[in-house]
Amino acid sequence: MQPVLIAESVSKIYSNNGSSVRAVDNVSLDVKAGEFVALVGPSGSGKTTMLAVLASLLRPTLGHVQIDGHDLNNMNETERVRFRREKIGFTFQNNNLLPYLTVQENVEMMLKLNQKLDKEGRERARQLLIWLGLEDRLNSLPNRLSGGQKQRVAIARSLIHNPSLVLADEPTANLDSERAYQVVKVFSDLIHEQNKAGIMVTHDLRLCIYVDKVIQMRDGKIEQVLTTRQEIDDFIACA
Amino acid sequence: MAFYLASKEVWRNKGRYFLFSLVIALITTLVLFTAALAEGLASANREYLSKLDAQLIVFQKNVDLSANASQIGESLLTSIKRIEGVETVGAIGLSSATIVFSSSQQSQQDVSLIGVEPGKPGLPPVLSGRSLKTTRAREVIIDQRIAKKFEIKPGDNLTIKTVQGTDEKFFVLKVVGITNGGQQYLFRPSIFVPYRTWDEIRSQPTPSIIKPDLIFNIVAVKISAGQDASEVASRIQSGVKDIEVTDIATAIRALPGYTAQQSTLNTQQIFTLLIGVLVIGGFFQIQMLQKIPQIGVLKAIGVSNTIVAIATVLQIVLVTTFGVVLGSAVTFMLAALIPSTVPIIFNGSLVAIATTALLLIGPLGGLVTVRLAVSVEPLIALGLSS
Repeated sequence: MQPVLIAESVSKIYSNNGSSVRAVDNVSLDVKAGEFVALVGPSGSGKTTMLAVLASLLRPTLGHVQIDGHDLNNMNETERVRFRREKIGFTFQNNNLLPYLTVQENVEMMLKLNQKLDKEGRERARQLLIWLGLEDRLNSLPNRLSGGQKQRVAIARSLIHNPSLVLADEPTANLDSERAYQVVKVFSDLIHEQNKAGIMVTHDLRLCIYVDKVIQMRDGKIEQVLTTRQEIDDFIACA
Repeated sequence: MAFYLASKEVWRNKGRYFLFSLVIALITTLVLFTAALAEGLASANREYLSKLDAQLIVFQKNVDLSANASQIGESLLTSIKRIEGVETVGAIGLSSATIVFSSSQQSQQDVSLIGVEPGKPGLPPVLSGRSLKTTRAREVIIDQRIAKKFEIKPGDNLTIKTVQGTDEKFFVLKVVGITNGGQQYLFRPSIFVPYRTWDEIRSQPTPSIIKPDLIFNIVAVKISAGQDASEVASRIQSGVKDIEVTDIATAIRALPGYTAQQSTLNTQQIFTLLIGVLVIGGFFQIQMLQKIPQIGVLKAIGVSNTIVAIATVLQIVLVTTFGVVLGSAVTFMLAALIPSTVPIIFNGSLVAIATTALLLIGPLGGLVTVRLAVSVEPLIALGLSS
């Protein structure tokens, strides 16, 4: 199966006062449809910078990123914005939801943004939220939701417009353990069910029980890639 | 999309935005009242001159266009009339008097006593009754405001009080006509008498005596059709000695205190608008600073800078427009309650200019905010910065 995401020899170098820092150093990876990957590593290991490069929010200094056969390096800013809107779904650590839109409106916004909001789209958003256990919160504003509920809404928003790639940056950072497990399980289930390529940046290694591949980074480089269930379970046990 | 985001945010935070609209409404009220006051005061000062059926005004030379100081003899009228391009001229005498209705101080009315030539420029048209006919009759045409206020009609007699020498003199004049209400001069309603009568009854340092050459203050000049006013003015200036010719607008600007008063009120309006720009700019800037993480997320998920900028401008326009409409409504309601002695006039074009300026200060004040919104990086959503 052709990977949805291919990153080849990606480096991101920051220059400051004559000195340069390699935030990401010659990283190559790929993610297939229906594959959920965890990008782990200590603070400063370059995982969030790598995520920004994969999300087309940052241009790599060296290397190439291809999503669905499109080389991000060949796109100008306008094309990148449009590409993000159509092909990528996001879940962030904080400030995920617009506080002035209801739960349903927050999810529908991605459809509206892609000019795909119709009756069927509204129903799909509603069903997805119901599936995520938010049936009684459809018309609530985000300030009425718990942290876990907010993240579930963000997950729904990241998937509703049928993106090729779903990216999550520390989606459980503000949640307690029980809710963190629930959120990541839901995320994993949806990615597998909808056959999307998913990448989650996390520092919580216990959450890797729901992923198919673990990429561990250190000092901007890939330290190890774990692809079998046994390797991943052993890694979690050691952590 | 931009309108959707802007309107949803305003609607879901209506309390906050309504409060801010109230601030804009207050600024609107202040600007409109100042504009109306400026217009009212200007009008009370210049009304008579601005409605003259003439294009030029002749003053005595070297009096800085002061109508009160200017003295022009009757003999000069003929010289001015002879200049090519002059259709007709009208001598105008300006002074003040008091209409006395009874012995009580409350029923007196200060007026501008204006001496005019019957049938010549300077005499306004009458609404009811008839115009002045002779130069010596003890007749008077009164301003409609006085007629309404004191219930005077053509055929009634008026007692006028002036001071001649050290004595108060009382003269009885017959009201023959009523002119429209817009004839104030130097903040007083005007009454019009024939010029020889004016010379007899006006306040003067010595009691009136018959003089060989009657003295007026200014001369209104009506030019012939198709003539250029500035060319005729030059011809009068060079053809008649010891005079100064100006157009009506210049004569108005030379009225006592007119320019100083108008520039003060205009400056006040400009400063109020500037304060408006700063207040609106400050409010939206603080709002935007609070929203930077949200804007970052919006941009990260694929909302373009154009949508973000338009949404920001739309919000500013929505809030400003609501504030201006609210402020205008409040202003007009308050204006209806203000006593008629307060000189406020809501001139249509002035109100239009003021409200347009008020509507523009929103986007102007929000320019910095729009710039900030556009400069927010989507990387902020990931806690990064380029």
